[in-house]
Amino acid sequence: MLTLLIFLPMLAVPVILFLPAKAHKTIRWTTVFFTAIQLALTIYLLTIYNTKTADFQFVEKYSWIPAFNVEYYLGVDGLGILMVLLTPLICFVGIFASWGISKGVKGYFILYMILNTGMMGVFCALDFFLFYVFWEVTLLPMYFLIGIWGGPRKEYAAIKFFLYTLFGSVLMLLVMLALYFSVTPHTFSIPELIKVSSTFKGTSWFLAFIGLYIAFAIKVPAFPFHTWLPDAHTEAPTAISVILAGILLKMGVYGIIRISLPILPDAAHSFALIMALIGVINIVYGALCTMAQKDLKRMIAYSSISHMGFCLLGISVVCWLGVSADSAIPALTGAVLQMFNHGCIAGMLFLIAGVIYDRAHHRDINGFGGLASRMPLYAGMTTFAFFASMGLPGLSGFISEILVFMGGFNVFTTITIISVSGVVLTAGYFLWAMQRMFLGPLNEKYKDLPDINGREMFTLVPLGLIVLFLGVYPMPAINLISESIKNLVTLVK
Amino acid sequence: MNNLESLKYFLPEIVLVGGAVFVVLFDLIAGRRKLIPYITLWVLVVSFYVSANMLAQGVDSSLFEGTVRLNGFTLFFKLLFCVAAGLTVLFSISKQKEHQGIEYYALLLISTLGLFILSSANDLLMIYLGLETVSICSYLLVASLKGTLKSSEAGLKYVIYGAMASGIMIFGMALFYGLYGTLSLPDLANAVTNTPKFGPGILTLSAALFMVFVGFGYKIAAVPVHMWCPDVYEGAPTEITAFLSVAPKAAGFAILIRFFFNLIPAVPELNIPNSAQFQNYWQTIMAVISVLTMTVGNLAALHQTNLKRLLAYSSIAHAGYILMGLVVLTQGGMQAMVLYLPIYLFMNMGAFFVVYIIERLTGQVDISEYEGLGWRMPFLGVLMAIFLFSLVGLPPLAGFIGKLYLFAAVIDAHWYKLAILGVLNGVVSLYYYARIVKAMWLNVPETAAPGAPRSALNAFDVILLLIFVIPVFVLGVWFTPLIQIINKALGLH
Repeated sequence: MLTLLIFLPMLAVPVILFLPAKAHKTIRWTTVFFTAIQLALTIYLLTIYNTKTADFQFVEKYSWIPAFNVEYYLGVDGLGILMVLLTPLICFVGIFASWGISKGVKGYFILYMILNTGMMGVFCALDFFLFYVFWEVTLLPMYFLIGIWGGPRKEYAAIKFFLYTLFGSVLMLLVMLALYFSVTPHTFSIPELIKVSSTFKGTSWFLAFIGLYIAFAIKVPAFPFHTWLPDAHTEAPTAISVILAGILLKMGVYGIIRISLPILPDAAHSFALIMALIGVINIVYGALCTMAQKDLKRMIAYSSISHMGFCLLGISVVCWLGVSADSAIPALTGAVLQMFNHGCIAGMLFLIAGVIYDRAHHRDINGFGGLASRMPLYAGMTTFAFFASMGLPGLSGFISEILVFMGGFNVFTTITIISVSGVVLTAGYFLWAMQRMFLGPLNEKYKDLPDINGREMFTLVPLGLIVLFLGVYPMPAINLISESIKNLVTLVK
Repeated sequence: MNNLESLKYFLPEIVLVGGAVFVVLFDLIAGRRKLIPYITLWVLVVSFYVSANMLAQGVDSSLFEGTVRLNGFTLFFKLLFCVAAGLTVLFSISKQKEHQGIEYYALLLISTLGLFILSSANDLLMIYLGLETVSICSYLLVASLKGTLKSSEAGLKYVIYGAMASGIMIFGMALFYGLYGTLSLPDLANAVTNTPKFGPGILTLSAALFMVFVGFGYKIAAVPVHMWCPDVYEGAPTEITAFLSVAPKAAGFAILIRFFFNLIPAVPELNIPNSAQFQNYWQTIMAVISVLTMTVGNLAALHQTNLKRLLAYSSIAHAGYILMGLVVLTQGGMQAMVLYLPIYLFMNMGAFFVVYIIERLTGQVDISEYEGLGWRMPFLGVLMAIFLFSLVGLPPLAGFIGKLYLFAAVIDAHWYKLAILGVLNGVVSLYYYARIVKAMWLNVPETAAPGAPRSALNAFDVILLLIFVIPVFVLGVWFTPLIQIINKALGLH
């Protein structure tokens, strides 16, 4: 089942390959078709997922490389299934946001589907080696998708992204091998490594944790490894920004929760405070940087950095030695929900930035003005997405942030209070941006801009509905992950 | 085994000698030059077949009074040389203009013979014989572009540097003879281990070891005897460059493995005083050479614009990676080194073949020729990107597996610093490989005439490219059979 989910997009690749290069429509609809099946399958998976247990479900396990004891080992728990749901959702939306791609359509969608496979694989893999391979598989398509179809400084952004991530990955590779050789019998299996996690104690494993942390932190991105992100986001085409913010960043947090914490809990305890500090730096510094941005997309990119800080803060609470379950569970629940919620919200934000860029061919916030009178629907959608990102009660961003604060308050009181100020800053920059774009006198240059069209609405509305639904009634999502969260909290203790 | 009995086990070599003579005679008598490449190919195929047969039978004996060792290890290398030489012949066939004489093919066969001897030599004299056979043929092959000044210059440089390295090596060998009174490798190993009286001789022994290493290091282009490499690779005909970058290099590693794994007391039961210290000291020297080799290679490659020079520096860097296996002196290290070589053969020769095709089409090897190549000739562009990313070591391509085994061996032996320096070098290397990819795909030239010289690729090129690219893919995800062959060849389980 999971294998099918992972490799379904790859089935589209030969089909696209044999379609004529000019048949743009057919190529697009082929990807829509395959991704739709994938999405339907994940929803089906969600319905048969047993929320009463923290065990890995839908497990598939075959020997892959016997010489290295590497297994083709897949499975999902609550954490995994949430991400597995998010991936096709965002990818599906992304295809419609790529409708305007006219250069090298074939290559674009082939890479897009490979990227989809890689991300799916990361969230399903339970063998560290397999995880690493899928992790790297996402790298190349991303490099080309940014580098070929991106904006004016695409080459710089693409290589920067590539170098940063590869640097992280090789550190991960080293730690992976160190873990492999330190257990007998040698294994890459994540559940097996978790079982013997008590043996990983001492300075060298603390260094290993740092290595692994850097690998994941680059993807998150956590301060000070965040500088690739604004460049990559700004230059990437809309759909790719959506995927970057919606899924790829989550791979970093996912890696920390899935691998670093349960396998190296001892090092995690020592690192908790540093992680909390990095989290708050991400939130506040990220928000301050956001405020200074003039480019809408760059602004959203920095706001992503800020919002991913909540995930880090939530995780750091769990790592704190002697934390009570009352604090740890809400904090981690918040962090995991934030992954999903931010995925949806950031997806919306980048789609919105794409819409205005398609029309005005620039994203300079100060260059607009009074657009609300010409594009009321667009202004409405933007307001909704901005509010969601601000963490307004009733929208899903609020739930995850408040849970993180609840968890963090007793553990890192000062840090939590400081990070709450991030919410205020967020409100500040979003409201300011809205004021500059939509209110005030109309910029005459843009008086003929057409309002948001049906296709664009079609990409935004599903995400918006999810945001609204989970904002009002988050229980389905919380139920889905709660058992796994409890399990993780005990593992880290 | 005495000389006469040995001959029947010497069949692969006899086939080569016979083939070389036949090629020359055929040219003189029949004069049908067009057939000669195919005859050469058949000679190599027969030699390959005979060697493979012997490997399958598990032949293990000492020939010619113990001067030649025939076992799985040497047979594995013979297979490798046959493949490399065979692919080189295929390269040359695809060259349309016939400016190379027949002696070219005869020399290739003799050179392969030299590689055979070098990899199976079990006696210092035999090593020298093999090395010189390879070298002299290589000098001629490098200078075989008649009337091209660069080619002659490269040949001359090669001769001068080569003669110097040989001289130093033979001095080292003489020291060995002086110290222990024998030329045979097993006897030497015995003498080194069982001569505890050796107090002050350690320094002499180290000097001898180092001098011999210079000779071998020259073949693999290790720092500090790497200077010839870029000039020679640049000046030589591209098909010869491809051959030189894999076959003599592999032979160099074969003899390094045989020599040092025998000689350096790798196992604790050996009983020379301070054996552990001496071993450690030697390993440190090797580690420094390994790191220097990869770093110098990578840093110098960063600024190259001539692709043949760039690949020359990259091959220096790869020699540095492979040397890591020699540092640890474990079975895992040896296995990793041997595994790396066939993988390197396919990815590196593949990259050279692309360079060669472009050179054939445009007469240029500069990176500027590759601007927009991917859009003009997508097939070639995709394949080149695959070869280059495999050279970087990205999964799921074969280069990753090669590096993985090396790093695994290094980490297993607790050489963490070496591993870290190694992977950091991998990140640096990404930059210059990606530059080529960038030129091919990201720089779309203004005057891009889509599909212009697509017809320039003939069916033969396509088949040959597939021969290179398929192993790069297959070995990336399914290399168990290759590992099994190597384990069998090395007598490991």
